[in-house]
This record gives sequence, structure tokens and C-alpha cells, in this order.
Amino acid sequence: MKIIYTDALIVGGGLAGLRSAIAARDKGLDTIVISMVPVKRSHSAAAQGGMQASLGNSIKGEGDNEDVHFADTVKGSDWGCDQDVARMFVTTAPKAIRELAAWGVPWSRIGKGPREVVINGKKETIVEKDEAHGLINARDFGGTKKWRTCYTSDATGHTMLYAVANEALKREVEIHDKKEAISIIHENGICSGVVARDLITGELIAYVARGTMIATGGYGRIYKQSTNAIICKGIGVAIALETGIIELGNMEAVQFHPTPIVPSGILLTEGCRGDGGVLRDKDGYRFMPDYEPEKKELASRDVVSRRMIEHIRKGKGVKSPHGDHLWLDISILGREHIEKNLHDVQDISKTFNGIDPADEGEKGWMPVLPMQHYSMGGIRVKPTGESTKMKGLFCAGEASCWDLHGFNRLGGNSVSEAVVSGMIVGEYFAEYCATTHLNTNTFTIEKFLEEQKEYLEEILSYDGGKNIFDIKDRMRTIMQDKVGVFRNGKDLDDAVNELEELLKMVKEITVTDKSFCNNPELNEAYRVTKMLKLALCVAKGALDRTESRGAHYREDYMKRDDENWLKRTLATWTNPNDTMPTLHYEELDINKMEMPPAFRGYGKKGAIILNALSEVRETEIEQIKETLGKVDRFTMQEALLSFELPNNYKRKNERVGVGYD
Amino acid sequence: MINKSQQVEENPEGYREIEITIFRYNSGKKDDKPAYQTYKLIETPGMTLYIALIKIWSTMDHHLSFDFVCRAGICGSCSMVVNGKPRLACKTRTEEFPDGKITLLPLPTFKHIKDLSVDTGNWMNDMSIKVESWIHSKEETDIAAIEKPIEPDVAQAVFELDRCIECGICLASCSTKIMHEDFVGAVGLNRSARFAMDPHDDRTDDEFYELIGDDNGVFGCMSLMGCEDHCPKELPLQTKIAYMRRKMVSLK
Repeated sequence: MKIIYTDALIVGGGLAGLRSAIAARDKGLDTIVISMVPVKRSHSAAAQGGMQASLGNSIKGEGDNEDVHFADTVKGSDWGCDQDVARMFVTTAPKAIRELAAWGVPWSRIGKGPREVVINGKKETIVEKDEAHGLINARDFGGTKKWRTCYTSDATGHTMLYAVANEALKREVEIHDKKEAISIIHENGICSGVVARDLITGELIAYVARGTMIATGGYGRIYKQSTNAIICKGIGVAIALETGIIELGNMEAVQFHPTPIVPSGILLTEGCRGDGGVLRDKDGYRFMPDYEPEKKELASRDVVSRRMIEHIRKGKGVKSPHGDHLWLDISILGREHIEKNLHDVQDISKTFNGIDPADEGEKGWMPVLPMQHYSMGGIRVKPTGESTKMKGLFCAGEASCWDLHGFNRLGGNSVSEAVVSGMIVGEYFAEYCATTHLNTNTFTIEKFLEEQKEYLEEILSYDGGKNIFDIKDRMRTIMQDKVGVFRNGKDLDDAVNELEELLKMVKEITVTDKSFCNNPELNEAYRVTKMLKLALCVAKGALDRTESRGAHYREDYMKRDDENWLKRTLATWTNPNDTMPTLHYEELDINKMEMPPAFRGYGKKGAIILNALSEVRETEIEQIKETLGKVDRFTMQEALLSFELPNNYKRKNERVGVGYD
Repeated sequence: MINKSQQVEENPEGYREIEITIFRYNSGKKDDKPAYQTYKLIETPGMTLYIALIKIWSTMDHHLSFDFVCRAGICGSCSMVVNGKPRLACKTRTEEFPDGKITLLPLPTFKHIKDLSVDTGNWMNDMSIKVESWIHSKEETDIAAIEKPIEPDVAQAVFELDRCIECGICLASCSTKIMHEDFVGAVGLNRSARFAMDPHDDRTDDEFYELIGDDNGVFGCMSLMGCEDHCPKELPLQTKIAYMRRKMVSLK
């Protein structure tokens, strides 16, 4: 049996994992990253539109700072996020983007003087300040008060991932690709590594480390229609669940992006609308201003997706063999802008749909429909990124429920979270690895290896004749049809029951290829089993949450219910033979919030059952403000919510025109 | 509810049938013999090789191996040889082939794994280390302070070269690579050109010469330009290799 020892083990080679690896190497730790695919192929590369950071360089970002970014993020989350974490994040994001600039990410830069932009469907001229010339530019995105989303055309994730991956190579981070973690090694509530499978030879390897980080991204592929890469199966999250100890948070919080292209489901960035693109219906009518007079196409993603489906249900969708869809029109931005700033969108639309979106009028409109895009839920961790239940097991990025996004993530906050959590959680993780001794023995390690070997042999011995691909298709269809944008008790109940049946049915499959090496059918058999467990967490969490919050929308409980549901769902898989997760809840404490729950400013009005504590806390905040009198915003903020950051990340950020204020 | 996969595909719309012939070989299996296998399937509208291969894998042959990740032309995983030309499979539409006959081979010059799957990750990592594909700067950056200003046009020009997705197609199109195992290829030379243009990088021409001033670097290129002809990101590889070569030649 093969055992590999290291100080810091990171599972997943996207932005969060690689940035954490850098933090570990910078402390002189031996660091290994294992990844299912070459790390530069990770799904971080697919992030198009940009990264939020409140630099406030552009004239349309003037006045932006951590406070504004914080408020946008909390509202976006529909008050589901952890406000401590949101504060940690917004304070570090400007530093993250500046670090990436120094590492060579070619951020789009501001040219001083006038430039033409499209706002609310009309051309306008804005004038950039002289002192902002050459600084990092930003575009508009949904749910934000300022233009805050920094970008490299529409390949932002790609340039970020390459810069971070190459910095990791420079620091001699060891990268082992085509390796998949399939179980977590742990004893007495302490993690000491993972059992991984070499996806080429089939060999099982125990990676043993002082600390382990899961950074394997989301689980969008449990849905039939998803913008996610085909590797986004949530295996890292599932193996955490399978420990029986680790909690997953808010798995029912699933984001549907308004504008993937039909039918392939490939994403067209929110930057399309941020830069001035509009949504149109079958009559070519721009309908969003009717629903959302203030934010229009740029309300948060959950709201825009719901409004689109609502409009289609009124018979305003465009008929197609793939079902009804709507149009995304960016032709009004002009060919030059599209070829420079929305290059990949144009390429995708031309390649997959034969439509050049720069063509004027109807000819350039792209067919779009809301589809699964992001997993707000994941491994529940403390603000340090360590699991709430298992020592030495950390998690960062989309795989985690840190919880920055609550029930809806803002566009531009995902790659931002990935790299920022790679800095913050990466630092706490590195500190843990530097100060902790490995405490395990080969008996335990071999037990976990043996268990996995037996499990894989068991799968190969199943002989019921059923086909794992059919089970997968059925799961993805159930999730699509019954756990989608609009949810209701009956459908969710059906979904939970059917998914449970499917999970039981896995024992009735037959894997036709019996070899361990290079066997994609065997890979699918254990992956689908794990995906079914995640799907059950999502569906059961959605069934039991009898309210509507952010992306979780119940047609039978249409209000956000702060009285009963201002809490985080926690799911565990108590026994290996269970066929259903065990759910419990973690209350969110209004008394500790810097921003107590209120109306978001977009979405349906009057759809909130407010908690009485909101007003109490509001009054308390007013009193604190009065008592403190005229103090700077940092002192005030600290008095309302005190938070910590490692590595001097808490120091003030400089901005054009305002210095460090 | 769940039946065995259908043997005969339904085709009420009367779409054409296409034939996909795939190279089959498992490098990890003793005594395995390379062979071709042909699959017939109904071509649905807008079908790409991604859709076709997933269909073959999930309904006809669960043993088939290939590499897809993003399926949107962004990640560079699925390069393979399609009717003699190296291409990204996810961006290749089957309707491009009038006779409906498509032959797929694994990408050459990389270590073969199985069928259409090859190992690009380790090669690309080694290349990145060889050309030191990162910013070299003596300046200490204070990440809380306002960033260094960069001319917008310069940032845009660096971005254009940074679009490379390390798909390996330039190498599969390159005669030098076939002769020189360690040739860094257009992908490596493009990385050098990218950093040579980046104002954050203080490397001198002499320092770049140390990295790419030999036959495994810029002097290995025979200017056949198969790389530029096939690059799925349409990068200006010819101009950039020439630019680096002029720089390096002028040193000696």
C-alpha cells in the first residue's frame, strides 16, 4: 500500500486550493495539491465576468469601499451570510486583486478622459479622472451599488488561475493531477489526510498530512442543466459528508444564473448585462424594467432568474425545440466593445449557436434560460475555514459554506471568494500545519485504505443489471424538474423519495468493466453514489425549509421568514447505511449583526416576515452610533461588529482621492 | 423506470446518421493491442464532439476514455486529432463533416493514457517551470497601497497573449516538437513573449536568453507555423515567436 506524507495537503487545484498552497509554501511547509485534472483546467478558469473588490478607481466606482461592498453582499445573501466572514472578505478583496496585479494578471485598466458606455439601454459618456489613469478598471454587475467588478475581458477566471498556478509552480508546490480523493482519513475527530485514487492506474494512495484542505468546488452537476464543468460533482464535499461527523451547510441554497445559452448551458457572463445588455421576450420587448424598476436586468441573480421564469409562464417565452427561452441582446454595445470585452461570449455564441451577438438587431440576440450555476452550500466551517466538527480539516472556495453568500451569491464574488479565502483560510490552515504534529498511525491509515479497496470491489461485484448512467440521468432530471428555481412541497417530497430510491438502487447496478485501471465506468459508479447523497441533502433541506430566501424559493411559502428561518441548515450522514441525511439547524444571531435583516431593495416587496429582534438591534445600533459620535468609519464598524484577520490583512486599503480613509 | 440502454436509437425527425471511428488503446493494460472502433449514431442539431462522445460513452461503450472539463472551449482539456487536424473536440461541430465520417485520434507528442486521453498536465507544468512562466520582480509590493498604473493598451496587449489555454494543439501541430522532445513549443515561447511585454516583469533580454536561447527554445522553431494555423484561441504565435527570436539574436 502506498502512503505519501506531507505537511500540508490540499485537495483541489482551483483558485482557492492553489492560493492556499502558496500560503503553506510561504511558511516553508511541504505542500501537495492533488487534483482530478491538470490544475489549470480547473473550473475557476471558466469564471468570465470578473472579481469584486472595492478599489473605487473608476468614476462609476467613486465612493466605493469595504462598507458598500459589505452591504451589497449581505443584501445579496438575503441575510443568510455570516457577517463576520463578509467583513473579513471585503477587507481582504482589494489586497487580493492588487496581489494578483503584481503577479501579472492583466486587469483591464482605466484610460483617463471621456469614454462611451451603455447604461439602461442608452449610450452615455463618462469621464475618468486623470489620477485614475492606468489603474484597475471595473464594470457594473448585479446587486451592487457601485461598478466594482474588475475584469480581464471575459476571461477573468482564466487569467487569475494561470497567475496563481504559476506562482504555485514557482514556489515548488507539488502537483499530483489525475488523482481523486475518495475518503477522508480521521480518528477521534481529527483529520490526517485522504485516501485518493490514481485515475490512471487505479491505485489507492493514502496522502497523510498534518492538515488537509478540501477545495474541490461546487456540485452543480447533480442538475441536468448546469453551467458547471463536468468535473463539478462535489466529490470533495461528499467525502466530508461521508465521515458522518462533518456538517454541510445550506445545501439547498443553489444559484440559478439568468443567462446560460440554450441548449448547451454554457454560461454567458453577467458582464453582458453589466456592460449594458438587456433581456427581451418573444416580442422583442425589454421586460425587466416592469418587474424591477430600480435595478432592472441588474437585480441579484436569484431575482432576475425568477422574473424570467415568471415572464415565460405568462406566455412570453420564445418557443424552441428545447423548450421556451428568452433573448439576451448585447448588440447595442457595438462590435468594438464586444470584440474587446466580451470576446469569449461572442466566440461561444458563434461556435455553439451560429449567432454573432455583435450583429445588429434580432439577428444577434442569444437564446438564454436560467440554469444551475453555483453552490452556496458546502462544508460548514468556522471563520478560520476549519470544519466546525473535525480538527485539521479545512475548506475554502465554493466547496465551503464559510458562509459568505448565504442564500444568494453576488456575481463577481465567486472568484473573489476563491482567492480571498485562499489567502485568509490558507493562512489559518498553514498556521495549523506549521504548529501541529501529525498524530496518526499506519494501522488507522491502512484501515481506511482497506475500506476503500473493499468498497470498490463491492461495486464491481454488484450484479443487478441496472446501469449507473440511467440512475445519474434520472437524478439530474429530478433535481432539474423538482428542485429548481421555483419549488413546492409536493414536488420536493417526490424528489426526496425518488432520490432515496435511486440511492438504494445503486446496489443493483452492474459495472461491465471489472478492471481497476483506467475505468471510467467504475469512476462513475462511485461518483454518482456520492452525488446522490448530496442531491438528497439539497432536496431534503429545501423540503424542510418552509420559507423563501434568496435562491431558495417556495411557491407554497412565498415569504422570507426571519421569525422561524433565520438559521442555517446543517446536514450530516450519521451512519454509512443511512439513505437520508440528518438535518439540524444553526441559529443566526441578530444581536451580533452589523446589518440586521431588512428589505433588500429589489425583489418582491412585502414578502418578509421580520423578526422582532431586527428592530431591537437597529435601535441598539443607533444608540452605539450616537454614543460614539463623530468617529471614523473604521472605529464605528469595529464597535458594531468586531472581526479578526491573519497576516496583517486587516490594515486599511488605499484608494484614489481618499487615501487610507 | 430504468431500463437497459436502448440498442436502436429513435430518430423520428429523420436526422442523418454519422460514423465516428475512435482509436482504442489502454496503455495501462498488458498486451492490449491498438485498434479502431466505429460507432454509428444519430446526429442531433448542433451536435458537438463533446455531445457525441458523451452519448457514445453513456449509451454504447462505458469503457471509452477521453478528457473533457469545461465543454465550452475555455479549459483546453479535450484536444484531439479530428480527421487529421488537432482541434478542441468540444468546439467541433459534427455538421462540419459533409460525409458524416469522423476519425478521432489522441493528441500526439503527449504521454498516452487510454483511447483519447493523454497526459498534458505534467508536461505543461514542466514547461512552465522551464520558461519560468511567472513575474520576476525585485520590487516589494504593498498590497494595501494603490496598484502600479499600467497603460490600458499595454494591459490589453498582455491579456491577448495571456489567453493561451495550454491545450497542446500547437505542439501537436509542430514538427520540431516531434524531433526535440524538450522543445518548449509555441506555448512556451508565447509565455516568454507575454512576460517580456509585461511592465511588472523586470527580466532583461539576457535573462530570457538563459531560458529560451537554444534549440529547445526559440532557435528550435523551423517557422512552419502549424501552431498558428491550428491555435483555437487564434493567438499571434508567428509574430510573437519572431519577436522573441529577434530579441535573442540581437544579443549575440
